[in-house]
Amino acid sequence: MNPYSLNCPVTPVWREFEKPLKPNSTPAAAGFQEAPTLSGINQRDAERQKVIAGQVRESKVHDALMQAQISQTQDPQLRAAYETALAGKRLSGEQGQLLLDAGDLNLLGWLATRAKERFHPAGKVSFLIDRNINYTNICRIGCDFCAFYRRGHESDSYVLPKEEIFKKIEETIELGGTGTLMQGGVNPHLKIEYYEDLFRSIKERYKIHLHALSVIEIEGIAQVSRLTVAETIDRLKAAGLDSIPGAGAEILSDEIRLEQSPVKRHSHRWIKVMQEAHRADLPTTATMMFGALEERKHIIEHILRIRDAQDETQGFYAFILWTFQGENTELAKKNPGMQQTSGAEYLRVLAVSRLMMDNIPNIQGSWVTMGPKIGQISLHYGANDMGSIMIEENVVSAAGTSYTLDRANMIDLIRRSGFTPVQRDTYYNILAEYPETSAQ
Amino acid sequence: MESLTCASSHVPPRPLSGASLLAPVKVSYHAIQSALKKALQGERLSFEDGVNLYHSPDLLELGAVANEVNLKKNGRDVYFNVNRHINPTNICAMSCKFCAFSRKPGEEGAYAYSEDEIAHRAKMAADSGATEIHMVGGLHPRWKLSNYTNIIRTVKQVAPHVHVKAFTAVELDWLARKERITVAELITQLRDAGLGSFPGGGAEIFTPYVRELICDTKLTGDGWLEIHKTAHKMGLRSNCTMLYGHIEDIPARIDHMMRLRQLQDETSGFNVFIPLAYQPENNELGINRHTYGVDDLKTVAIARLMLDNFRHIKSYWIMTGERVAQTALHYGANDLDGTVVEEKIANMAGSQSGMAMAKSRLLRVIRDAGRIPVERSTVYEPIRRFDNPAEDALQ
Repeated sequence: MNPYSLNCPVTPVWREFEKPLKPNSTPAAAGFQEAPTLSGINQRDAERQKVIAGQVRESKVHDALMQAQISQTQDPQLRAAYETALAGKRLSGEQGQLLLDAGDLNLLGWLATRAKERFHPAGKVSFLIDRNINYTNICRIGCDFCAFYRRGHESDSYVLPKEEIFKKIEETIELGGTGTLMQGGVNPHLKIEYYEDLFRSIKERYKIHLHALSVIEIEGIAQVSRLTVAETIDRLKAAGLDSIPGAGAEILSDEIRLEQSPVKRHSHRWIKVMQEAHRADLPTTATMMFGALEERKHIIEHILRIRDAQDETQGFYAFILWTFQGENTELAKKNPGMQQTSGAEYLRVLAVSRLMMDNIPNIQGSWVTMGPKIGQISLHYGANDMGSIMIEENVVSAAGTSYTLDRANMIDLIRRSGFTPVQRDTYYNILAEYPETSAQ
Repeated sequence: MESLTCASSHVPPRPLSGASLLAPVKVSYHAIQSALKKALQGERLSFEDGVNLYHSPDLLELGAVANEVNLKKNGRDVYFNVNRHINPTNICAMSCKFCAFSRKPGEEGAYAYSEDEIAHRAKMAADSGATEIHMVGGLHPRWKLSNYTNIIRTVKQVAPHVHVKAFTAVELDWLARKERITVAELITQLRDAGLGSFPGGGAEIFTPYVRELICDTKLTGDGWLEIHKTAHKMGLRSNCTMLYGHIEDIPARIDHMMRLRQLQDETSGFNVFIPLAYQPENNELGINRHTYGVDDLKTVAIARLMLDNFRHIKSYWIMTGERVAQTALHYGANDLDGTVVEEKIANMAGSQSGMAMAKSRLLRVIRDAGRIPVERSTVYEPIRRFDNPAEDALQ
């Protein structure tokens, strides 16, 4: 049952967003622009920040209350951490850890909102319309926290035929989608020629962003095709790959990683492959999946690793936090006492991530794993984006979590949270703004 | 109920469009800031203040102020209890539009527990360490006063130390009229049977122009308040609730809170205010969406600020889900309710929170929020403060 379905008789303001977009002669969603290069994204973000830096902020009751709370903080180190964050200076790992362990949630929310407003105009929250296309579920890795993979011999193993992928893309464009997030298992039968052909034939037919594959898939393709990672990335880029999603980072701490997913290699490999992409001027995102047995120190280790890598290559344009979804996974079966991430813990990690990640402009709130309610609340704890409305999503739903939102619901969710919704593309170019409708 | 009409005069009757819930209303920056300043200085908020705060776009600010007010009253203690719900019957003469629980006699799924079935549940509750049994049910057309007193006596027999918090004002009104006795006489009989206090259900929204749309055959808002007043005057404490997120508008919510505030001024008989998020499934109201997370938190925060004469505000995890309920502990709430064990009314209406929460999970949820768990009795006497996190695992 869709918790946000639209059968409500008293919601006339929603209707205007339900009109289907007119199909274009060259198939592309409204506002579609060609994918920018990494350097293009960085240049645009620098300009945006310059504009925001010139804006003055109104002082509020809230500010005085929070500042008083900071100055009344007993622990001098915690107070110093608050002050560093408020000044917009770089937090050390120890400070991040301290904020995570002892920071007050209301104060963290306020600081994270201040930090967010250094990157983004106050009062706006973006969302994306795209579709996850899981082109295969056959995987030779088999991570403990995954409920999606098949080994290839099961009856429900699949590799999607091209026609079906095309059909999904057409539906996406029809719904106003500007991108696809194409990911699958590490299928040992698919070599680089398969991907080159697939990407080329998509790009020939459609104007759509290909935000595709993941570090582990790229390594897999390199291996079965006997190529280096750099060669693989170059060839995929030439075939039409626009960017690489940051999935599979999980927690970049070898201590935890080897436990959860022994075949996914050491964490420095993940960073290395991503940086290889950055060097090829290919933008990527970074993710973190927490709430699966790690401790808070591992979360900080993960954030620091990504922050350091970002200092070097400037290639992550967004950081996305997920929480571990337990159902149907080996990891949950092996650890029956494991508890789900609570709402406060998620918001705390989100806020501290925003404060620590001073070099990545965008942070997404995850309504997909935390539900629309916490997703909406997360916009006040440092998230500037609600992510995608996810026309299709198979991996998280295989692990027992299934929330759906359509465009009207997404707009309403953001608006009811006190922000103006803006539709963006995969690379945070603004496509449309939905200003407030006036009250009756 | 003359004394209670002045709050309602703020709200002229109007057709409900629902728009005020959906489209944000621009409220001046100064109006919001001055309301917040008043709240911080301990001044009583007006009707307009309450409405203005609801329209503030800054959720965090509202939360920070409500949190501050709560910390002054309750420190970092967060209450919970070990309780069990028993819904003795779902057979109900009333048809409220938002209800998914009630059945007509003979309808599929209709049930009425026998005394044995109630005794069995009460025994399980007592054995698992519960200190409270919460009982509310439908208005069974054939049940007499003796049925109700027998239910209480049955529970008290198998679980003599458990506090029985049972029957809403709606049930009391129904029963008193059926038995042709006054509410005071009815309460005396129930108390003699062992009843300890009253739950806060059936309040829904008092404001007439909303109430007649969602439950026109039910006890009126004034009637509800009158019954609680009677109970308070007889020395029995009670809870109070507000069902929000359906077709009501913001003025109706504030009006509702103000009526409760007024009665509390008079009697000080309410333990706690409990906002109840509307559940959208299997009912006739035709509103198919869950409340928004931000709305849940705002409602808790504004209740904390408006209800200056209430010490306790509950964020009831059954209705909003554990995650939002926990977050609300930073928005002015200081109580999470309890273990519940078997909840039917919200679950049949599409609540996604399940029916039970283990005591160990309650402790963890409160700790995760940076607060200190305190197990309480029904009437908010502390039973045990869990100062040492290391002991949580033993629970």
